[in-house]
Amino acid sequence: MNSLILSVGARFLTGLFLLFSLFVLLRGHNSPGGGFIGGLIGAAGFVLYSFAAGVEDARRALRVDPRAIGVWGMAIAVLSGLVSALASLDPFTGLWLILADLALSTVLVFDIGVYLAVFGAILTLVFALEETV
Amino acid sequence: METLVACLAGFLVSMAIWLMLSGNLMRFLFGLLLLSNGVNLAILAAGRLTPGAPPLLGASGALPPDTMANALPQALLLTAIVIGFGLFAFALALTIRAYRSFGHLEVDRMRSAEPAEDRR
Amino acid sequence: MSWVLALPILIPLVTAVLAFLLRGSRMGDLASVAGAVASLGVAVLLVGVVLDRGVVAGQVGGWQAPYGITLVADHLSAAMVLITAIIGLAVAVWSLAEIGPDSSRLGYHALFQSLLGGVAGAFLTGDLFNLYVWFEVLLISSFGLLVIGGRKQAIDGAVKYVTLNLIATVLFLAGAGLLYGATGTLNMADLRGAVAASPDQGLMTLISMMLMVAFGMKAAVFPLFFWLPASYHTPHYAVSAVFAGLLTKVGVYALMRVFTLIFVGDIGYTHEILLWVSLLTMLTGVLGAAAQSDFRKILSFHIISQIGYMVLGLALMTPLAVMGAVFYLLHHIVVKTNLFLIAGVSRRLTGSSDLYAIGGLYRSAPLLAALFIIPAFSLAGFPPLSGFWAKFVIVRASLDGREWLVAGVALLVGLLTIFSMTKIWAEAFWKAHPDGRQPALAELPLSARWQMMGPIVALAVMTVAIGAFPSAFLDFATKGAEQLLDPAAYVAAVLGEARR
Repeated sequence: MNSLILSVGARFLTGLFLLFSLFVLLRGHNSPGGGFIGGLIGAAGFVLYSFAAGVEDARRALRVDPRAIGVWGMAIAVLSGLVSALASLDPFTGLWLILADLALSTVLVFDIGVYLAVFGAILTLVFALEETV
Repeated sequence: METLVACLAGFLVSMAIWLMLSGNLMRFLFGLLLLSNGVNLAILAAGRLTPGAPPLLGASGALPPDTMANALPQALLLTAIVIGFGLFAFALALTIRAYRSFGHLEVDRMRSAEPAEDRR
Repeated sequence: MSWVLALPILIPLVTAVLAFLLRGSRMGDLASVAGAVASLGVAVLLVGVVLDRGVVAGQVGGWQAPYGITLVADHLSAAMVLITAIIGLAVAVWSLAEIGPDSSRLGYHALFQSLLGGVAGAFLTGDLFNLYVWFEVLLISSFGLLVIGGRKQAIDGAVKYVTLNLIATVLFLAGAGLLYGATGTLNMADLRGAVAASPDQGLMTLISMMLMVAFGMKAAVFPLFFWLPASYHTPHYAVSAVFAGLLTKVGVYALMRVFTLIFVGDIGYTHEILLWVSLLTMLTGVLGAAAQSDFRKILSFHIISQIGYMVLGLALMTPLAVMGAVFYLLHHIVVKTNLFLIAGVSRRLTGSSDLYAIGGLYRSAPLLAALFIIPAFSLAGFPPLSGFWAKFVIVRASLDGREWLVAGVALLVGLLTIFSMTKIWAEAFWKAHPDGRQPALAELPLSARWQMMGPIVALAVMTVAIGAFPSAFLDFATKGAEQLLDPAAYVAAVLGEARR
């Protein structure tokens, strides 16, 4: 697409989208947000960039094949559910590690996996569609 | 309010069926999109509408003072929307491929897998 | 306990990830086979546990039923998981010989494994909405597998497969949503009580009809089967073999689960419909097959007619009939997959699947011909093969129920099945090849010969074994039918003794 405003704006907006998507991902446990919506927002940033600069540039800016991101996301999500076997709990039971004010959990790892899976899947689909049309 | 949403869902479904009966793959896809949105609305209405009461707990897990929305239909919907989106994207890509191979989108004329007449 | 229920789903999914990351390399292909072996091991373990303790249930994430997602295995589920793992391993090995580097690079093995994961998930879940999710997992994988060959014909088949299956999906979703709105639960064991207690039984019957249409479309029963003969002969042979074995059976399984566990309030109405549907399904399937002249198309139509027998068993709803349906389900998966695999070898040797353009296999590949006889006659119901016992029980059950018409139709359909199988035999095996070719198995490279014939021999041996020693399998099916018709143990395992 040939628009000066879009192509200049997209550079800033993509970064902003990514940052906001991380924020949404991390606040997700107790407030609205989470991996799924975060992944959507992050993917939207790159989709915008691909509109402004073309799919080829967007792929280059992403550096990694979006399919691989999606599959790694799925792997992380599944593996986070397997960890509870070590504590002999049911599959996908959340395990928590509380360090002072910082609460880490396998639930967060699962969410990160979902984030990556959604991010990768959406970008795979959109890039493929943009390239075929 | 539920009645209104239910009627809207019914309207969407009827439009969807009209589109899907047209025999053109693209219209079929739009019909499918409307159909899944109609069903999603119906599920939302079936879970009872509670405007202004999100399914959120307060600080430290306290229950909200009055009503709280049922979170389950919304979770179901979210799942259904995601799955619907994925399926629709696939169907769209398939439609493009079909258009490339056949040069048209009329389902009645897509007889490559089922030839009109067997040779013998 | 939950782990033995979760692993049959998780192993294929993890294997899918591995196979995708290693796609295109020999390691990726082998990862798929290794994953299939691991799935088989876990499935055997699961059957052992179920035989030992009866119905077992587990909760994902430690959330108690009916609030969390429940995984349940009774005899039927466990057996289906085992048979899925067997078919998964057989076809994974067989694909090594058929699937070329192109399809492999596109992620064939990853899609194949996620399909198996989705199928296992559908068999093990105890939650209606979760069942919907697993249906989608296997549906999306099957979409990918269908178009992965990329031929024009496959695109055409996929268009019909995708559109009709998407409608079924939306109907299923609508049914599940309305059921939740009316009862407030989606846990299948909990739904049994909730549906029975519902003041509005008419609404429950309506919802049951929506689910019947949705599952019926997946199972390819009479007026909803059109997607199946339009698409099953178009993809790779390995793909159509696993589709033929497993996909429609997931629909049958869902019908059996829902119409024995949840919707039993108006059997006179719902099961009467199922009875007529099964009758017409048997007839249209077998008559459709008689009109075809393509190896895979004939087999595809026979899937439909055989689905009719299983639905018939469910429709009669007597202990003997349901036992027959369970036994039929298990026997049919093995036989049908094997026939498609044999069709694949025949195509590889003769260069076509059009029966009028091929021939000579009896002379040039007698081993293949002998191996075709076993599943073909089993499908038609010849003693002493597995299909004989399956048909025998179903026909006996319909005679016991004084359903003379369906019993007659079931016998007639068996005869017509022989007609189609004889046609394949005469054209592909007996007559000489029209071009005078002598397609011998020795033409295949040694590795491909082992990879293709190994699974076929194994499945044929299973068919013979089920036929020769039917009592163990019939006892197992009887136990499965008892659990289906009296789900008290199922409900207790899911919800705990207190809410029985």
